[in-house]
Amino acid sequence: MAMLSFERKYRVRGGTLVGGDLFDFWVGPFYVGFFGVTTLFFSVLGTALIIYGAALGPTWNIWQINIAPPDIKYGLALAPLKEGGLWQIITFCAVGAFSSWALREVEICRKLGIGYHVPFAFSVAIFAYVALVVIRPFLMGAWGYGFPYGILSHLDWVSNTGYQYLHFHYNPAHMLAVTFFFTTTLALSLHGALILSSTNPGKGEVVKTPEHEDTFFRDTIGYSIGTLGIHRLGLFLALSAGFWSAVCIVISGPFWTRGWPEWWGWWLNLPVWR
Amino acid sequence: MKTFFVVLGASIAFFLTVAMFGTAGWERPPLATTQNGFRGTGMDQIHTREAVAEARAANAAPAPAEPAEEGGDLAGQTYENVKVLSGLTTNEFNRLMVSMTEWVAPEQGCTYCHNTENMADDSLYQKRVARRMLQMTQHINSDWKANHVGGTGVTCYTCHRGQPVPANIWFTDPGPARPGGFIARNNGQNLAKPSVGLASLPYDTLTEYLADKSIDNSAIRVNATTALPTSKGKPIQDAEKTFGLMIHMAEGLGVNCTFCHNTRAVADWSQSTPQRTTAWHGIRMVRDINGNFMEPLTSTFPRNRLGTLGDVPKVNCTTCHNGQSKPLNGVPVVDAYPALTKVTVADGAKAPEAAPAQVPAVPGTPAAPSAPQP
Repeated sequence: MAMLSFERKYRVRGGTLVGGDLFDFWVGPFYVGFFGVTTLFFSVLGTALIIYGAALGPTWNIWQINIAPPDIKYGLALAPLKEGGLWQIITFCAVGAFSSWALREVEICRKLGIGYHVPFAFSVAIFAYVALVVIRPFLMGAWGYGFPYGILSHLDWVSNTGYQYLHFHYNPAHMLAVTFFFTTTLALSLHGALILSSTNPGKGEVVKTPEHEDTFFRDTIGYSIGTLGIHRLGLFLALSAGFWSAVCIVISGPFWTRGWPEWWGWWLNLPVWR
Repeated sequence: MKTFFVVLGASIAFFLTVAMFGTAGWERPPLATTQNGFRGTGMDQIHTREAVAEARAANAAPAPAEPAEEGGDLAGQTYENVKVLSGLTTNEFNRLMVSMTEWVAPEQGCTYCHNTENMADDSLYQKRVARRMLQMTQHINSDWKANHVGGTGVTCYTCHRGQPVPANIWFTDPGPARPGGFIARNNGQNLAKPSVGLASLPYDTLTEYLADKSIDNSAIRVNATTALPTSKGKPIQDAEKTFGLMIHMAEGLGVNCTFCHNTRAVADWSQSTPQRTTAWHGIRMVRDINGNFMEPLTSTFPRNRLGTLGDVPKVNCTTCHNGQSKPLNGVPVVDAYPALTKVTVADGAKAPEAAPAQVPAVPGTPAAPSAPQP
């Protein structure tokens, strides 16, 4: 794959966090770096273990393959390989691979001299995963609270874990997360539509500028957040969605064990109207 | 003006945040959990260790009274007007009376039920109720032994806990009087009542599902049994009523939905835990108790013991369980009181149906066509 003409000047040495110049090279279009090597290591090992786990299981049906975490009785210790130990190693590989990928993004940002917004955003996604399989199990005292790796089995886990709190839609952080997820898609669709509308004018018209875009929203809702602002808003909405998702599951169990509807008692008991 | 609103908004947000963190009842590790499904299915019971210890302490079973001396006359010969326990020896009878006092009216003593001038006198309504309750206890310990209470059994204390009126009873909830206006009807829901764990679900679900003495009526199932509809299904309001009942059962037993169900298919018996069978019978036992023992006492109770609609106090899961899956920490309370384990008098007030006629022998086994598919 050939380099694009303008890419060459960005392919500069330096900016690495670990490993100095050792892995400071590209393979085709891909920057490698120390964390590229660790990403590859963890993802290949993890994937191989998933396939091994599937081979141990009763089915090759892609929907039903299930690599489950250990029984609760093992607590935070290591479990036998075929009784959840595999899940533990795969989880370790996954965290390793995701983190390596984020750090590789950091190195690329440093080379380019740009901000760390992309690795930061990806880190929030990693945080949500780590909250599920490391932080919450740790707080609850057993790796067995992590979710199983399987297309249908993880959905079953989500269902049961939600019903552990009788009605999960009353979880306040879940409410925030869901609201942010929907708002993210609303904002992205409005933004996408607006950009496409000004770059696809009617026949014979010229492509319109951001002033037109701003004016559209000022005329409709009295305010336009602006060309840079919409991206800040988008990032905020998306990261908030992931962040509150992580919060909503971390509080379920470690900090709240009863039905979530009951949590709202504090609101019903406010001295204002109790 | 702007500053004023900024300060006002910030203050409200601050106080709400403080109230939320301070008064919501947040908990914290360490947890005491039990796993009741295959690993990774999320079928776990989640409690804090502190809450489990508190529940154990709050549900301690009282020590049984010293055994009575053997032999002697029968109570029916010694005393007048003994109807249910006449076959006991006088010693055993008196032992049970003392225990009943401790279980039900420790502060009020014998006079809560008895006219001390004439112990045989039936003039106090409490005595007439107590006699019926003795029959009920015998009925529960014998006819519901196999399907619900097991060898653990129940005594008066299982519900009463040292109080003449058990703490966890319920009445039909007619909801607020609504003369009209914008919200003329609330459809029996959206009031955040404790009966449904403060959810918006229908708050009087117990009247429909736990008060009918025809124990196999009022099926709570709402799931379709075929992939495609073959007739008009149950409306979503029915699903919400069932959900409300399920929240009551979960909170009454201090468990969550996964104690009985694998929620990927809540209706499927083959994926449910054995506890679901016990609970299925429990629903019917409560209907039996309310319909055949409590409801006939409506005219015996004075008005101030009845609900706003004049209905009798009724039992639900919480009445016995009080936040534990096994009442009174699962201690077999009835062992020391064999008099309570068998029906001694052919029930004067029409015998309630014995154990449910139609039950699923094994969860997962399709019941006969005529049987209620729970």
